[in-house]
Amino acid sequence: MATQTLTSPARSSTSAAKLRQPRKKMTAGKAAVLAVAAILAVLWLVPFAWATATAFKSEGDAAAPKISWIPPSGFTADAFVKVFQDGNIPLWTWNSLYTSAAITVITLAISALVAYALSRIDFRGKKVLMTVIIASIIIPPPVLIIPLFYQMVALHMIDTSWAIILPQVIHPAMVFVLKKFFDQIPRELEEAAVMDGASRMRIFTQIILPLSRPILAAVAIFVFISAWNNFLWPFISTNDGSILTLPVGLQTIKSAYGIQYAQNMASALLAALPLILVFLFFQRQIIKGVATTGLAGT
Amino acid sequence: MSSLATSESAEQAPSLPGQPRRNPSRNNQPGKSPSSTAQSSPRRTRDNLNGWGFAAPFLAFFLVFLVWPLLYGLYMSLTGKSLTGANDSLIGLANYAEALADADMWHSLGNTLYFTVISTVPLVLVALVMAGLVNVGLPAQWLWRLSYFAPYLLASTVVSLFFSWMYNPQLGLINDALAKIGLPKVGWLNDPNVAMWAIVIATLWWTVGFNFLLYLAAMQNIPAQHYEAASLDGAGAWRQFFSITLPQLTPTTVMIVLLQILASLKIFDQVYQMTAGGPSGSTRPVVEYIFETGFTGYRLGYSAAISYIFFGLIVAVSVMQFFITRRRSA
Repeated sequence: MATQTLTSPARSSTSAAKLRQPRKKMTAGKAAVLAVAAILAVLWLVPFAWATATAFKSEGDAAAPKISWIPPSGFTADAFVKVFQDGNIPLWTWNSLYTSAAITVITLAISALVAYALSRIDFRGKKVLMTVIIASIIIPPPVLIIPLFYQMVALHMIDTSWAIILPQVIHPAMVFVLKKFFDQIPRELEEAAVMDGASRMRIFTQIILPLSRPILAAVAIFVFISAWNNFLWPFISTNDGSILTLPVGLQTIKSAYGIQYAQNMASALLAALPLILVFLFFQRQIIKGVATTGLAGT
Repeated sequence: MSSLATSESAEQAPSLPGQPRRNPSRNNQPGKSPSSTAQSSPRRTRDNLNGWGFAAPFLAFFLVFLVWPLLYGLYMSLTGKSLTGANDSLIGLANYAEALADADMWHSLGNTLYFTVISTVPLVLVALVMAGLVNVGLPAQWLWRLSYFAPYLLASTVVSLFFSWMYNPQLGLINDALAKIGLPKVGWLNDPNVAMWAIVIATLWWTVGFNFLLYLAAMQNIPAQHYEAASLDGAGAWRQFFSITLPQLTPTTVMIVLLQILASLKIFDQVYQMTAGGPSGSTRPVVEYIFETGFTGYRLGYSAAISYIFFGLIVAVSVMQFFITRRRSA
């Protein structure tokens, strides 16, 4: 589009070769790209590597004034053993797991239902409802923490998992992600069912939902990750050590362990492990899920 | 914004200018198949019931955990309510007047804006570079995606632990590396001039992978023919990047910048965990100030008022963005 001239016959023949094998062109340029990408990747992996190296040191080596990747007195799993004996990390992981799962399930259920209504049913007040939900995307969660906290106190839910779960199930942006997807499902698919007099609920569960698996998975992934990593609200709504989620629990460990660097890094790594493992297994789905819902978020 | 329901496009036809409307009664609901117009009244009732029925569960949560707190927060901001229960009475706009004269509030608001300004540029540019590199067709795509994106999956607490350790003035990896190349040690988290940049670096590492993914997805949607045509014309890699990739990415870039600004304005976690707002308030963002006035200062009403000032800022930014994007797409 930019340079239309200058196409000598010799050039275009090499370009034709390029077309067949676009990956093989410009080895020097490609080497440079590879080098820059590799430098960035190494920079991005250093914090993981350094945390791992530290976690496998003795506390003495970790706090030694001379920095070493390979500790003088050898690697040890002591820090991990201590963290495990402490027992908190497994408990908090479980708490994070079931609160995030509950948030994801409830969010999916209520969002898919309302998205279906907005996509397919013509009811009075639909436009108003749609406008209100769109407008609410703008509300930043930190604005709500003070009244929400007060509300939870009034409902006697402070220090229960309900306090963590319930306020996190409203994702107006996800309603629109779902609605957009439902909009694209051809109506003809439902017509036969309508002729047979199937109820809306039946059409929803037996036609729409099965066709929407990719977007439901994408929304689920997005909601789960944000619930798993949410800090501010669980931090405010819970104090009871037995229901803390992983991010909030870690924050208490940080002050409890103080300068126990190896233990700090061991618990951080243990906390990071579940999502990283899940990512390794479901890389494609997670990337697709975050990319679709992330951009559609507004 | 709500677009392309098959019903809506089917409805467009009869209402085209110059054509007579097919059903001039007030029953011409969008989305109705023509066959249903005759028996529309019972159907309409059924649609109303169904519609609100399907919306009801979401609506219940929406009203209780979003609309109510939003309105109640507004009410609280007009009272002297405190966590200890004293003084529930309305005091008008006194909290707002106090907040507007509160140097700490302005300072925290300034910190939030400063962070937003200095973090958005690298968070967009580095993401673009990463996506551009990977999109050229590097081998082992999973490796690059894993390295760049994995930090996004971490909780803020994990990120803060990692970076507090690396920023440690005496034992930290970063100062050690600086010393090796003959540079002086830096008080990453305790020097008021540096601390915010330290937060930006940690945030960049943590969240750039999200923007990277959005860019990569957008780049992979650019039709290959564009590049084929360009390379037939002899355009090199750089030329192709600047003449094809970047222009094609404009809507994505606008979107990412907007999302990033809104996300950066809400910063709290990593600051609270790494510096607790210090040294001497130099990193304290407005969300932390809301948290502190409410939960350690016990002044819920005052805290709510600051929340609404912050909300006003977000609304202002969003409205600005709305008009900017609208002009672009128009």
